[in-house]
Amino acid sequence: MQITGRDLVTIIHGMLFGGLFLMACFGVLILLHRSLSIRGGGELTEAGRRREHIFLVVMVVLGWGAVLSGAYFVYPWYRAIPPAGVTNLGAYPQRLLLADPHTAGWHTLGMEWKEHVAWMAPILMTMVAWVLMKYEDAGEEHRRLRSTAVVFALAALLAGGVAAGFGALIDKQAPVTGGPAINLMRGTR
Amino acid sequence: MKAAGNPVANGAAGAAIVAASLGCFALGVLAVAGDGWKALATMLTFYRPTGPLSGVSTVAIVVWLVAWSVAHRAWRGKTVAWGKVSVVAFMFLGLALLLTFPPVGDLLLGK
Repeated sequence: MQITGRDLVTIIHGMLFGGLFLMACFGVLILLHRSLSIRGGGELTEAGRRREHIFLVVMVVLGWGAVLSGAYFVYPWYRAIPPAGVTNLGAYPQRLLLADPHTAGWHTLGMEWKEHVAWMAPILMTMVAWVLMKYEDAGEEHRRLRSTAVVFALAALLAGGVAAGFGALIDKQAPVTGGPAINLMRGTR
Repeated sequence: MKAAGNPVANGAAGAAIVAASLGCFALGVLAVAGDGWKALATMLTFYRPTGPLSGVSTVAIVVWLVAWSVAHRAWRGKTVAWGKVSVVAFMFLGLALLLTFPPVGDLLLGK
């Protein structure tokens, strides 16, 4: 059982960073909903507060990990230009998609949307995490602030969802693959 | 705005929210502009393998962080009109979401 080096990086980008980031965004929405629904007496213990901070920081790191690994590792492989005379476009996903009018839209709409909108998610969630940590003691005074944060967290979830969804669908049409082979398990007969 | 030093002042949150939405708006504007003007796309190519996306994202992050720093210094410890701050932030956010959607960019560029 083998995968290639590029498969591995793509999995780290999409499933480890991107997938866990989206789950964490959803977790933040639950946190916000809970903080808006609690009526007094819902204070966290010191340990609970510390774990919540760790969760928020890890979420932010995952978000930035997703966009940076995507833009600086996976995307250059995706948009590589084949040398003159190459007819097998399997290692050049963008060119492969654009070569067929039935698949060109995966690049012209899907990738062009994904590559930009994805960056909004970590920007917005960094802000939401910072606001949640800064104003955790504000309690009832800042309900409107938390309601606004819900809108931004939803926008981040939308942006990240578009990026993740198109990433998965595009990779099914024209996978980013190649590089050194990595043996995960010896074959059995 | 109320006096500085208010323990529950919302100014720092307002600064963070407006700056983040402004950063997203900058991302949208640069994405469309980079698509429309080849010279700008070349200028925004900070890292050749990634192309103009490297510059679009880097400049947007710089706009976000600079705006956050400036607004934070101006608003921290103060209470801002949350309704106005939210409207401005939602406006930038909505425009950013629209501008990053390729058909909208194509429409603006007359493609």
